[in-house]
Amino acid sequence: MTHKTLAELSSELKSGAISSVELTQDCLNRIEKNNASLNCFITITKELALEQAKAADDLRRQGKANDLTGIPIAHKDIFCTKGIKTTCGSRMLDNFIAPYNATIVSKLNAAGTVMVGKTNMDEFAMGSSNENSYYGPVKNPWDLAAVPGGSSGGSCAAVAAGIVPATTGTDTGGSIRQPAAFCGITGIKPSYGRVSRYGMIAFASSLDQAGPLAKTAEDCAMLLQVMAGYDGKDSTSVNKPVPDFKASLSKSLKGIKIGLPKEFFGEGLHPEVEKATREAVRVLESLGASFKEVHLPNTHLSIPAYYVVAPAECSSNLARFDGVRYGYRCENPKNLEDLYKRSRGEGFGAEVKRRILIGTFVLSSGYYDAYYLHAQKVRRLISRDYENNFKEVDVILGPTTPTPAFNLGEKTTDPIAMYLSDIYTCGINLAGLPGLSMPGGFVNKRPIGIQLIGNYFEEAKLLNVAHQFQQATDWHK
Amino acid sequence: MSISLEAIERIAHLARLPNENTRDSHALQDDLNRIVQMVNQITETNTQGIEPMAHPLNMQQVLRADVVTELNERDSLIKLAPKAEAGLYLVPQVIE
Repeated sequence: MTHKTLAELSSELKSGAISSVELTQDCLNRIEKNNASLNCFITITKELALEQAKAADDLRRQGKANDLTGIPIAHKDIFCTKGIKTTCGSRMLDNFIAPYNATIVSKLNAAGTVMVGKTNMDEFAMGSSNENSYYGPVKNPWDLAAVPGGSSGGSCAAVAAGIVPATTGTDTGGSIRQPAAFCGITGIKPSYGRVSRYGMIAFASSLDQAGPLAKTAEDCAMLLQVMAGYDGKDSTSVNKPVPDFKASLSKSLKGIKIGLPKEFFGEGLHPEVEKATREAVRVLESLGASFKEVHLPNTHLSIPAYYVVAPAECSSNLARFDGVRYGYRCENPKNLEDLYKRSRGEGFGAEVKRRILIGTFVLSSGYYDAYYLHAQKVRRLISRDYENNFKEVDVILGPTTPTPAFNLGEKTTDPIAMYLSDIYTCGINLAGLPGLSMPGGFVNKRPIGIQLIGNYFEEAKLLNVAHQFQQATDWHK
Repeated sequence: MSISLEAIERIAHLARLPNENTRDSHALQDDLNRIVQMVNQITETNTQGIEPMAHPLNMQQVLRADVVTELNERDSLIKLAPKAEAGLYLVPQVIE
Protein backbone atom coordinates (compact mmCIF):
# COMPACT_ATOMS: atom_id res chain seq x y z
CA MET A 1 0.00 0.00 0.00
CA THR A 2 1.55 3.30 -0.94
CA HIS A 3 0.09 6.33 0.70
CA LYS A 4 1.74 9.61 1.48
CA THR A 5 3.40 10.17 4.83
CA LEU A 6 2.63 13.09 7.09
CA ALA A 7 6.03 14.59 6.23
CA GLU A 8 5.28 14.35 2.50
CA LEU A 9 1.84 15.91 2.91
CA SER A 10 3.31 18.66 5.07
CA SER A 11 5.72 19.51 2.21
CA GLU A 12 2.91 19.51 -0.33
CA LEU A 13 0.84 21.85 1.81
CA LYS A 14 3.87 24.14 2.27
CA SER A 15 4.57 24.24 -1.47
CA GLY A 16 0.94 24.94 -2.24
CA ALA A 17 0.61 21.79 -4.35
CA ILE A 18 -2.50 21.01 -2.34
CA SER A 19 -4.71 22.89 0.12
CA SER A 20 -5.86 21.58 3.46
CA VAL A 21 -9.48 21.72 2.33
CA GLU A 22 -8.63 19.53 -0.70
CA LEU A 23 -6.60 17.14 1.42
CA THR A 24 -9.29 16.94 4.10
CA GLN A 25 -12.02 16.35 1.53
CA ASP A 26 -9.90 13.57 0.07
CA CYS A 27 -9.61 11.95 3.52
CA LEU A 28 -13.34 12.26 4.08
CA ASN A 29 -13.92 10.58 0.71
CA ARG A 30 -11.58 7.76 1.70
CA ILE A 31 -13.46 7.28 4.95
CA GLU A 32 -16.73 7.04 3.04
CA LYS A 33 -15.23 4.52 0.66
CA ASN A 34 -13.52 2.33 3.26
CA ASN A 35 -15.31 2.59 6.56
CA ALA A 36 -18.03 0.08 5.78
CA SER A 37 -15.48 -2.65 5.19
CA LEU A 38 -12.94 -1.66 7.87
CA ASN A 39 -15.18 -0.08 10.53
CA CYS A 40 -12.31 2.02 11.83
CA PHE A 41 -14.38 5.12 12.61
CA ILE A 42 -17.08 5.52 15.25
CA THR A 43 -17.71 9.21 14.55
CA ILE A 44 -16.89 11.23 11.45
CA THR A 45 -16.60 14.98 12.05
CA LYS A 46 -17.09 16.23 8.48
CA GLU A 47 -18.26 19.82 9.13
CA LEU A 48 -15.75 20.45 11.87
CA ALA A 49 -12.93 19.03 9.74
CA LEU A 50 -13.73 21.25 6.78
CA GLU A 51 -13.98 24.29 9.07
CA GLN A 52 -10.60 23.49 10.62
CA ALA A 53 -9.14 22.88 7.14
CA LYS A 54 -10.37 26.25 5.90
CA ALA A 55 -8.88 27.94 8.99
CA ALA A 56 -5.59 26.13 8.33
CA ASP A 57 -5.51 27.36 4.74
CA ASP A 58 -6.22 30.92 5.98
CA LEU A 59 -3.33 30.68 8.46
CA ARG A 60 -1.06 29.50 5.65
CA ARG A 61 -2.04 32.46 3.45
CA GLN A 62 -1.06 34.73 6.39
CA GLY A 63 2.33 33.02 6.58
CA LYS A 64 1.57 31.58 10.03
CA ALA A 65 1.58 27.85 9.16
CA ASN A 66 3.87 25.27 10.77
CA ASP A 67 4.70 21.60 10.08
CA LEU A 68 1.32 20.23 11.16
CA THR A 69 -0.97 23.00 9.94
CA GLY A 70 -3.76 21.56 7.84
CA ILE A 71 -2.84 17.90 8.31
CA PRO A 72 -5.90 15.64 8.72
CA ILE A 73 -5.72 13.22 11.64
CA ALA A 74 -8.13 11.17 13.71
CA HIS A 75 -8.26 10.66 17.46
CA LYS A 76 -8.83 7.38 19.27
CA ASP A 77 -12.29 7.61 20.81
CA ILE A 78 -10.74 7.53 24.29
CA PHE A 79 -9.81 11.21 24.10
CA CYS A 80 -12.41 13.77 25.13
CA THR A 81 -13.21 16.06 22.21
CA LYS A 82 -15.36 19.02 23.17
CA GLY A 83 -18.87 18.95 21.78
CA ILE A 84 -18.24 15.63 20.07
CA LYS A 85 -19.39 12.16 21.02
CA THR A 86 -16.65 10.34 22.96
CA THR A 87 -17.60 6.72 23.51
CA CYS A 88 -14.44 4.85 24.51
CA GLY A 89 -15.85 2.04 22.32
CA SER A 90 -18.56 1.41 24.90
CA ARG A 91 -22.36 1.44 25.19
CA MET A 92 -21.70 3.08 28.56
CA LEU A 93 -20.67 6.29 26.79
CA ASP A 94 -22.72 5.98 23.60
CA ASN A 95 -24.58 9.17 24.54
CA PHE A 96 -21.61 11.05 26.03
CA ILE A 97 -20.74 14.39 24.45
CA ALA A 98 -17.43 15.46 25.93
CA PRO A 99 -17.63 18.87 27.64
CA TYR A 100 -13.94 19.61 27.16
CA ASN A 101 -10.90 18.72 25.07
CA ALA A 102 -8.20 16.37 26.26
CA THR A 103 -4.86 18.17 26.51
CA ILE A 104 -3.38 16.28 23.55
CA VAL A 105 -6.44 17.20 21.47
CA SER A 106 -6.05 20.89 22.42
CA LYS A 107 -2.35 20.76 21.62
CA LEU A 108 -2.86 19.12 18.24
CA ASN A 109 -5.70 21.54 17.44
CA ALA A 110 -3.45 24.48 18.33
CA ALA A 111 -0.74 23.04 16.07
CA GLY A 112 -3.22 23.24 13.21
CA THR A 113 -4.22 19.62 12.68
CA VAL A 114 -7.65 18.84 11.28
CA MET A 115 -9.79 16.22 13.06
CA VAL A 116 -11.72 14.03 10.62
CA GLY A 117 -13.18 11.72 13.23
CA LYS A 118 -12.92 9.44 16.26
CA THR A 119 -11.57 5.98 15.77
CA ASN A 120 -12.92 2.63 16.91
CA MET A 121 -11.23 0.83 19.79
CA ASP A 122 -11.58 -2.03 22.22
CA GLU A 123 -14.02 -0.98 24.92
CA PHE A 124 -12.32 1.11 27.60
CA ALA A 125 -9.00 0.18 25.99
CA MET A 126 -9.33 -3.41 27.17
CA GLY A 127 -8.41 -5.78 24.41
CA SER A 128 -5.78 -6.85 21.92
CA SER A 129 -7.84 -7.28 18.77
CA ASN A 130 -10.47 -4.51 18.56
CA GLU A 131 -13.15 -7.21 18.79
CA ASN A 132 -14.42 -5.86 22.13
CA SER A 133 -15.98 -2.71 20.77
CA TYR A 134 -19.68 -1.97 21.19
CA TYR A 135 -19.48 -0.63 17.64
CA GLY A 136 -18.29 -3.89 16.10
CA PRO A 137 -14.83 -5.21 15.22
CA VAL A 138 -12.30 -3.39 13.07
CA LYS A 139 -10.77 -5.30 10.14
CA ASN A 140 -7.09 -5.34 9.25
CA PRO A 141 -6.63 -3.51 5.92
CA TRP A 142 -3.88 -5.98 4.91
CA ASP A 143 -6.22 -8.96 5.28
CA LEU A 144 -9.89 -8.45 6.09
CA ALA A 145 -10.03 -11.85 7.82
CA ALA A 146 -7.44 -10.68 10.33
CA VAL A 147 -7.70 -8.51 13.41
CA PRO A 148 -5.94 -5.15 13.33
CA GLY A 149 -4.85 -5.63 16.95
CA GLY A 150 -6.00 -3.56 19.88
CA SER A 151 -6.98 -1.58 21.66
CA SER A 152 -6.03 1.18 19.17
CA GLY A 153 -7.23 -0.96 16.25
CA GLY A 154 -9.28 1.73 14.53
CA SER A 155 -6.44 4.25 14.71
CA CYS A 156 -3.96 1.76 13.23
CA ALA A 157 -6.27 0.50 10.49
CA ALA A 158 -7.04 4.09 9.42
CA VAL A 159 -3.34 4.84 8.90
CA ALA A 160 -2.55 1.46 7.31
CA ALA A 161 -5.43 1.90 4.85
CA GLY A 162 -4.15 5.34 3.85
CA ILE A 163 -7.31 7.07 5.08
CA VAL A 164 -5.39 9.54 7.25
CA PRO A 165 -1.62 9.98 7.54
CA ALA A 166 -1.68 9.82 11.33
CA THR A 167 -3.83 9.13 14.36
CA THR A 168 -3.55 9.17 18.12
CA GLY A 169 -3.64 6.06 20.26
CA THR A 170 -3.12 4.94 23.84
CA ASP A 171 -1.06 2.14 25.31
CA THR A 172 -1.58 0.48 28.69
CA GLY A 173 -0.21 -3.02 27.97
CA GLY A 174 0.70 -2.72 24.29
CA SER A 175 -2.29 -1.00 22.72
CA ILE A 176 -0.26 1.28 20.44
CA ARG A 177 2.61 -1.08 19.67
CA GLN A 178 0.75 -4.35 19.07
CA PRO A 179 -1.84 -3.01 16.57
CA ALA A 180 0.92 -0.95 14.91
CA ALA A 181 2.81 -4.23 14.39
CA PHE A 182 -0.27 -6.06 13.09
CA CYS A 183 -1.09 -3.19 10.70
CA GLY A 184 2.43 -2.58 9.43
CA ILE A 185 2.76 0.99 10.74
CA THR A 186 4.90 2.84 13.28
CA GLY A 187 3.76 3.77 16.76
CA ILE A 188 5.42 4.92 19.94
CA LYS A 189 4.36 4.67 23.56
CA PRO A 190 6.29 7.43 25.31
CA SER A 191 7.70 7.15 28.83
CA TYR A 192 5.09 7.38 31.53
CA GLY A 193 4.60 11.04 32.34
CA ARG A 194 5.85 12.35 28.99
CA VAL A 195 2.39 12.99 27.52
CA SER A 196 -0.54 14.39 29.49
CA ARG A 197 -3.37 12.07 30.42
CA TYR A 198 -5.81 14.93 31.06
CA GLY A 199 -9.01 14.18 29.14
CA MET A 200 -7.92 10.65 28.29
CA ILE A 201 -10.51 8.27 29.73
CA ALA A 202 -8.62 6.33 32.37
CA PHE A 203 -8.15 2.57 32.28
CA ALA A 204 -5.08 1.97 34.49
CA SER A 205 -3.69 5.24 35.76
CA SER A 206 -0.15 4.06 36.46
CA LEU A 207 0.20 2.39 33.05
CA ASP A 208 -1.78 4.49 30.50
CA GLN A 209 0.10 6.66 28.00
CA ALA A 210 -0.97 8.42 24.80
CA GLY A 211 1.13 8.36 21.65
CA PRO A 212 1.14 8.90 17.89
CA LEU A 213 0.54 6.34 15.12
CA ALA A 214 1.74 6.97 11.58
CA LYS A 215 3.63 5.37 8.69
CA THR A 216 7.10 6.41 9.77
CA ALA A 217 9.23 7.31 12.76
CA GLU A 218 9.68 10.78 11.25
CA ASP A 219 5.91 11.27 11.24
CA CYS A 220 5.66 10.03 14.82
CA ALA A 221 8.43 12.44 15.84
CA MET A 222 6.50 15.36 14.36
CA LEU A 223 3.36 14.44 16.29
CA LEU A 224 5.07 13.53 19.54
CA GLN A 225 6.81 16.91 19.50
CA VAL A 226 3.40 18.53 19.90
CA MET A 227 1.79 15.92 22.14
CA ALA A 228 4.58 15.75 24.70
CA GLY A 229 5.22 18.17 27.52
CA TYR A 230 4.35 19.07 31.06
CA ASP A 231 0.68 19.67 31.84
CA GLY A 232 -0.35 21.06 35.22
CA LYS A 233 -3.77 19.45 34.82
CA ASP A 234 -2.23 15.96 34.99
CA SER A 235 -0.62 15.36 38.37
CA THR A 236 1.46 12.52 36.89
CA SER A 237 2.83 14.69 34.11
CA VAL A 238 6.59 15.06 34.35
CA ASN A 239 8.14 18.50 34.19
CA LYS A 240 11.01 17.68 31.85
CA PRO A 241 11.92 19.63 28.74
CA VAL A 242 10.91 17.98 25.47
CA PRO A 243 13.91 17.47 23.17
CA ASP A 244 13.75 18.24 19.44
CA PHE A 245 12.82 14.75 18.22
CA LYS A 246 13.13 15.64 14.54
CA ALA A 247 16.66 17.02 14.93
CA SER A 248 18.07 13.76 16.25
CA LEU A 249 16.46 11.50 13.64
CA SER A 250 19.41 11.65 11.28
CA LYS A 251 22.11 10.82 13.83
CA SER A 252 24.34 7.94 12.80
CA LEU A 253 23.84 4.65 14.64
CA LYS A 254 27.61 4.08 14.91
CA GLY A 255 28.43 3.17 18.49
CA ILE A 256 24.87 2.48 19.54
CA LYS A 257 24.62 -0.65 21.69
CA ILE A 258 21.44 -2.71 21.34
CA GLY A 259 20.44 -5.55 23.64
CA LEU A 260 18.58 -8.66 22.50
CA PRO A 261 16.75 -10.25 25.43
CA LYS A 262 17.18 -14.01 25.48
CA GLU A 263 13.64 -14.31 26.91
CA PHE A 264 12.07 -12.57 23.89
CA PHE A 265 13.40 -15.27 21.56
CA GLY A 266 12.13 -18.31 23.37
CA GLU A 267 9.10 -20.54 23.33
CA GLY A 268 6.00 -19.19 21.64
CA LEU A 269 7.79 -16.97 19.11
CA HIS A 270 6.73 -17.77 15.54
CA PRO A 271 9.87 -18.87 13.64
CA GLU A 272 9.17 -16.48 10.73
CA VAL A 273 8.77 -13.56 13.17
CA GLU A 274 12.10 -14.51 14.71
CA LYS A 275 13.67 -14.65 11.24
CA ALA A 276 12.36 -11.15 10.40
CA THR A 277 13.61 -9.80 13.75
CA ARG A 278 17.09 -11.23 13.18
CA GLU A 279 17.09 -9.71 9.69
CA ALA A 280 16.30 -6.33 11.29
CA VAL A 281 19.31 -6.89 13.58
CA ARG A 282 21.49 -7.49 10.51
CA VAL A 283 20.28 -4.24 8.92
CA LEU A 284 20.97 -2.23 12.08
CA GLU A 285 24.41 -3.83 12.40
CA SER A 286 25.20 -2.68 8.87
CA LEU A 287 24.24 0.84 10.02
CA GLY A 288 26.80 0.72 12.81
CA ALA A 289 24.90 -0.63 15.80
CA SER A 290 26.43 -3.37 17.90
CA PHE A 291 24.39 -6.10 19.55
CA LYS A 292 24.70 -8.22 22.65
CA GLU A 293 22.50 -10.73 24.40
CA VAL A 294 20.82 -9.40 27.53
CA HIS A 295 18.57 -10.95 30.12
CA LEU A 296 15.12 -10.01 31.37
CA PRO A 297 14.67 -12.96 33.73
CA ASN A 298 11.25 -11.87 34.99
CA THR A 299 9.64 -11.63 31.54
CA HIS A 300 7.43 -14.65 32.29
CA LEU A 301 5.89 -12.70 35.19
CA SER A 302 4.93 -9.65 33.16
CA ILE A 303 1.55 -10.92 32.00
CA PRO A 304 0.51 -12.27 35.42
CA ALA A 305 1.63 -9.06 37.14
CA TYR A 306 -0.03 -6.91 34.48
CA TYR A 307 -3.29 -8.82 34.76
CA VAL A 308 -3.37 -8.08 38.49
CA VAL A 309 -2.31 -4.42 38.40
CA ALA A 310 -4.29 -3.29 35.34
CA PRO A 311 -7.64 -4.84 36.33
CA ALA A 312 -7.18 -3.55 39.90
CA GLU A 313 -6.68 -0.01 38.64
CA CYS A 314 -9.49 -0.34 36.12
CA SER A 315 -11.94 -1.52 38.79
CA SER A 316 -11.24 1.72 40.59
CA ASN A 317 -11.32 3.96 37.51
CA LEU A 318 -14.54 2.50 36.16
CA ALA A 319 -16.39 2.92 39.46
CA ARG A 320 -17.40 6.39 38.26
CA PHE A 321 -19.75 4.91 35.65
CA ASP A 322 -22.90 4.61 37.73
CA GLY A 323 -25.75 5.96 35.60
CA VAL A 324 -26.00 9.13 37.68
CA ARG A 325 -23.90 11.96 36.29
CA TYR A 326 -23.25 10.91 32.68
CA GLY A 327 -23.33 7.88 30.43
CA TYR A 328 -25.72 5.00 30.19
CA ARG A 329 -28.59 4.63 32.66
CA CYS A 330 -30.90 1.62 32.84
CA GLU A 331 -34.67 1.98 32.46
CA ASN A 332 -36.91 2.15 35.55
CA PRO A 333 -34.44 1.37 38.32
CA LYS A 334 -36.19 -0.03 41.39
CA ASN A 335 -33.71 1.45 43.85
CA LEU A 336 -30.18 2.84 43.96
CA GLU A 337 -28.50 -0.57 43.96
CA ASP A 338 -30.56 -1.62 40.96
CA LEU A 339 -29.64 1.63 39.20
CA TYR A 340 -25.93 0.99 39.68
CA LYS A 341 -25.99 -2.72 38.89
CA ARG A 342 -28.18 -2.66 35.82
CA SER A 343 -26.61 0.50 34.37
CA ARG A 344 -23.18 -1.05 34.74
CA GLY A 345 -24.32 -4.52 33.73
CA GLU A 346 -26.00 -3.28 30.57
CA GLY A 347 -23.51 -0.51 29.79
CA PHE A 348 -20.30 -2.55 30.00
CA GLY A 349 -19.28 -5.40 27.70
CA ALA A 350 -18.10 -8.84 28.83
CA GLU A 351 -14.34 -8.20 28.82
CA VAL A 352 -14.73 -4.98 30.80
CA LYS A 353 -16.89 -6.74 33.40
CA ARG A 354 -14.39 -9.61 33.59
CA ARG A 355 -11.53 -7.21 34.31
CA ILE A 356 -13.53 -5.22 36.88
CA LEU A 357 -14.31 -8.49 38.68
CA ILE A 358 -10.68 -9.64 38.64
CA GLY A 359 -9.59 -6.20 39.83
CA THR A 360 -12.14 -6.15 42.63
CA PHE A 361 -11.10 -9.66 43.65
CA VAL A 362 -7.36 -8.91 43.87
CA LEU A 363 -8.02 -5.78 45.91
CA SER A 364 -10.52 -7.40 48.25
CA SER A 365 -9.91 -8.18 51.88
CA GLY A 366 -7.97 -11.40 52.28
CA TYR A 367 -6.50 -11.28 48.78
CA TYR A 368 -4.94 -7.81 48.60
CA ASP A 369 -1.55 -8.93 49.98
CA ALA A 370 -1.34 -12.17 48.04
CA TYR A 371 -2.21 -10.61 44.72
CA TYR A 372 -2.09 -6.83 44.41
CA LEU A 373 0.75 -6.11 46.82
CA HIS A 374 2.69 -9.05 45.45
CA ALA A 375 2.14 -7.86 41.88
CA GLN A 376 3.52 -4.44 42.80
CA LYS A 377 6.67 -6.10 44.10
CA VAL A 378 6.99 -8.19 40.93
CA ARG A 379 6.54 -4.93 39.04
CA ARG A 380 9.67 -3.60 40.74
CA LEU A 381 11.58 -6.78 39.81
CA ILE A 382 10.58 -6.34 36.16
CA SER A 383 11.62 -2.66 36.21
CA ARG A 384 14.94 -3.54 37.77
CA ASP A 385 15.67 -6.06 35.00
CA TYR A 386 15.39 -3.20 32.49
CA GLU A 387 17.31 -0.75 34.71
CA ASN A 388 20.21 -3.20 34.98
CA ASN A 389 20.34 -3.71 31.24
CA PHE A 390 20.30 -0.01 30.44
CA LYS A 391 23.62 0.24 32.28
CA GLU A 392 25.11 -1.86 29.45
CA VAL A 393 23.02 -1.01 26.38
CA ASP A 394 21.28 2.03 24.90
CA VAL A 395 18.23 0.32 23.44
CA ILE A 396 16.62 -3.11 23.70
CA LEU A 397 15.21 -4.78 20.60
CA GLY A 398 12.86 -7.69 20.05
CA PRO A 399 9.73 -8.71 18.15
CA THR A 400 6.67 -6.63 19.12
CA THR A 401 4.39 -9.67 19.16
CA PRO A 402 5.00 -13.44 19.09
CA THR A 403 2.94 -13.91 15.91
CA PRO A 404 1.46 -11.87 13.08
CA ALA A 405 -2.20 -10.83 13.35
CA PHE A 406 -4.52 -13.73 14.18
CA ASN A 407 -7.93 -14.24 12.54
CA LEU A 408 -11.09 -12.47 13.67
CA GLY A 409 -12.90 -14.73 16.11
CA GLU A 410 -9.85 -16.93 16.70
CA LYS A 411 -9.22 -15.90 20.32
CA THR A 412 -12.52 -14.36 21.41
CA THR A 413 -13.59 -17.38 23.48
CA ASP A 414 -10.25 -17.67 25.25
CA PRO A 415 -9.31 -14.55 27.24
CA ILE A 416 -5.93 -15.99 28.26
CA ALA A 417 -4.88 -16.71 24.65
CA MET A 418 -5.76 -13.09 23.89
CA TYR A 419 -3.76 -11.79 26.88
CA LEU A 420 -0.64 -13.71 25.78
CA SER A 421 -0.20 -11.50 22.71
CA ASP A 422 0.98 -8.79 25.14
CA ILE A 423 3.97 -10.85 26.32
CA TYR A 424 6.66 -8.56 24.92
CA THR A 425 4.83 -5.29 25.45
CA CYS A 426 3.20 -5.14 28.88
CA GLY A 427 6.43 -5.30 30.89
CA ILE A 428 7.38 -1.94 29.38
CA ASN A 429 4.17 -0.37 30.71
CA LEU A 430 4.80 -1.82 34.16
CA ALA A 431 8.25 -0.23 34.14
CA GLY A 432 7.00 3.03 32.56
CA LEU A 433 9.65 2.95 29.82
CA PRO A 434 9.20 4.20 26.25
CA GLY A 435 8.56 1.60 23.55
CA LEU A 436 8.25 1.87 19.77
CA SER A 437 7.06 -0.59 17.14
CA MET A 438 8.17 -0.30 13.54
CA PRO A 439 7.25 -2.47 10.53
CA GLY A 440 9.71 -5.34 10.07
CA GLY A 441 8.31 -7.49 7.29
CA PHE A 442 5.48 -9.89 6.57
CA VAL A 443 4.59 -13.39 7.69
CA ASN A 444 1.86 -15.18 5.71
CA LYS A 445 1.16 -11.84 3.99
CA ARG A 446 0.42 -10.18 7.37
CA PRO A 447 2.71 -7.47 8.77
CA ILE A 448 4.91 -7.95 11.81
CA GLY A 449 6.64 -5.36 13.94
CA ILE A 450 10.02 -4.87 15.59
CA GLN A 451 9.97 -3.33 19.07
CA LEU A 452 12.55 -0.91 20.39
CA ILE A 453 12.61 -0.22 24.12
CA GLY A 454 14.44 2.74 25.62
CA ASN A 455 15.43 4.06 28.98
CA TYR A 456 13.22 6.65 30.69
CA PHE A 457 12.62 9.74 28.54
CA GLU A 458 14.79 8.49 25.68
CA GLU A 459 12.09 8.60 22.98
CA ALA A 460 14.52 10.54 20.77
CA LYS A 461 16.90 7.59 20.70
CA LEU A 462 14.12 5.18 19.72
CA LEU A 463 12.88 7.48 16.95
CA ASN A 464 16.46 7.88 15.72
CA VAL A 465 17.07 4.11 15.48
CA ALA A 466 13.68 3.56 13.83
CA HIS A 467 14.23 6.38 11.35
CA GLN A 468 17.64 5.05 10.33
CA PHE A 469 16.14 1.57 9.96
CA GLN A 470 13.42 3.03 7.75
CA GLN A 471 15.98 4.79 5.54
CA ALA A 472 17.50 1.35 4.84
CA THR A 473 14.31 -0.70 4.46
CA ASP A 474 10.92 -0.50 2.76
CA TRP A 475 8.59 -2.25 5.21
CA HIS A 476 6.95 1.01 6.28
CA LYS A 477 5.98 1.94 2.70
CA MET B 1 -7.10 -21.57 44.41
CA SER B 2 -10.48 -21.35 42.73
CA ILE B 3 -13.27 -18.82 43.08
CA SER B 4 -16.65 -20.19 44.12
CA LEU B 5 -19.94 -18.94 42.70
CA GLU B 6 -20.67 -17.40 46.12
CA ALA B 7 -17.38 -15.52 46.01
CA ILE B 8 -18.20 -14.23 42.52
CA GLU B 9 -21.57 -13.05 43.82
CA ARG B 10 -19.84 -11.17 46.65
CA ILE B 11 -17.23 -9.64 44.32
CA ALA B 12 -19.91 -8.63 41.81
CA HIS B 13 -21.81 -6.89 44.58
CA LEU B 14 -18.67 -5.00 45.67
CA ALA B 15 -18.20 -3.87 42.08
CA ARG B 16 -21.91 -3.07 41.75
CA LEU B 17 -22.20 -5.42 38.81
CA PRO B 18 -25.24 -7.64 38.43
CA ASN B 19 -25.00 -11.32 39.17
CA GLU B 20 -25.15 -13.16 35.84
CA ASN B 21 -27.90 -15.74 35.41
CA THR B 22 -26.90 -19.36 36.16
CA ARG B 23 -25.94 -20.36 32.62
CA ASP B 24 -23.61 -17.36 32.22
CA SER B 25 -22.22 -17.58 35.73
CA HIS B 26 -20.56 -20.97 35.15
CA ALA B 27 -18.85 -19.66 32.02
CA LEU B 28 -17.79 -16.57 33.96
CA GLN B 29 -16.53 -18.69 36.88
CA ASP B 30 -14.51 -20.72 34.40
CA ASP B 31 -12.98 -17.61 32.82
CA LEU B 32 -12.20 -16.01 36.18
CA ASN B 33 -10.63 -19.19 37.54
CA ARG B 34 -8.40 -19.54 34.53
CA ILE B 35 -7.29 -15.92 34.88
CA VAL B 36 -6.62 -16.40 38.60
CA GLN B 37 -4.68 -19.56 37.83
CA MET B 38 -2.59 -17.60 35.33
CA VAL B 39 -1.85 -14.76 37.75
CA ASN B 40 -1.06 -17.21 40.56
CA GLN B 41 2.47 -17.44 39.14
CA ILE B 42 3.29 -14.19 40.89
CA THR B 43 2.30 -15.57 44.30
CA GLU B 44 4.96 -18.24 43.87
CA THR B 45 7.71 -15.67 43.30
CA ASN B 46 10.02 -14.76 46.13
CA THR B 47 9.68 -11.03 46.67
CA GLN B 48 11.15 -10.80 50.14
CA GLY B 49 12.77 -7.44 50.77
CA ILE B 50 11.36 -5.96 47.56
CA GLU B 51 9.52 -2.65 47.87
CA PRO B 52 6.15 -2.54 46.11
CA MET B 53 6.06 -0.29 43.07
CA ALA B 54 2.78 1.57 42.67
CA HIS B 55 4.06 3.92 40.06
CA PRO B 56 6.80 3.90 37.40
CA LEU B 57 8.44 7.14 38.52
CA ASN B 58 9.29 8.16 42.08
CA MET B 59 6.93 11.06 42.06
CA GLN B 60 5.59 13.15 44.87
CA GLN B 61 2.04 14.43 44.77
CA VAL B 62 2.21 17.80 43.07
CA LEU B 63 0.84 20.71 45.07
CA ARG B 64 -0.24 24.12 43.89
CA ALA B 65 -1.27 27.40 45.46
CA ASP B 66 -4.68 27.36 47.14
CA VAL B 67 -6.19 29.77 44.63
CA VAL B 68 -9.35 29.33 42.55
CA THR B 69 -8.44 28.47 38.96
CA GLU B 70 -11.42 26.41 37.78
CA LEU B 71 -14.61 27.92 36.35
CA ASN B 72 -18.00 26.84 37.66
CA GLU B 73 -19.33 24.80 34.77
CA ARG B 74 -22.23 23.16 36.57
CA ASP B 75 -24.81 24.10 33.94
CA SER B 76 -22.91 22.59 31.03
CA LEU B 77 -21.93 19.50 33.02
CA ILE B 78 -25.39 18.77 34.38
CA LYS B 79 -26.66 18.65 30.78
CA LEU B 80 -24.77 15.35 30.49
CA ALA B 81 -26.84 13.73 33.22
CA PRO B 82 -29.47 11.14 32.29
CA LYS B 83 -31.86 12.61 34.91
CA ALA B 84 -31.43 15.99 36.55
CA GLU B 85 -33.59 18.79 37.93
CA ALA B 86 -32.89 22.16 39.46
CA GLY B 87 -29.15 21.53 39.28
CA LEU B 88 -29.42 18.24 41.14
CA TYR B 89 -28.84 14.67 39.95
CA LEU B 90 -31.90 12.47 40.35
CA VAL B 91 -31.70 8.91 41.70
CA PRO B 92 -34.32 6.47 43.04
CA GLN B 93 -35.42 7.24 46.58
CA VAL B 94 -32.69 6.41 49.08
CA ILE B 95 -34.11 7.59 52.39
CA GLU B 96 -37.39 6.18 53.62
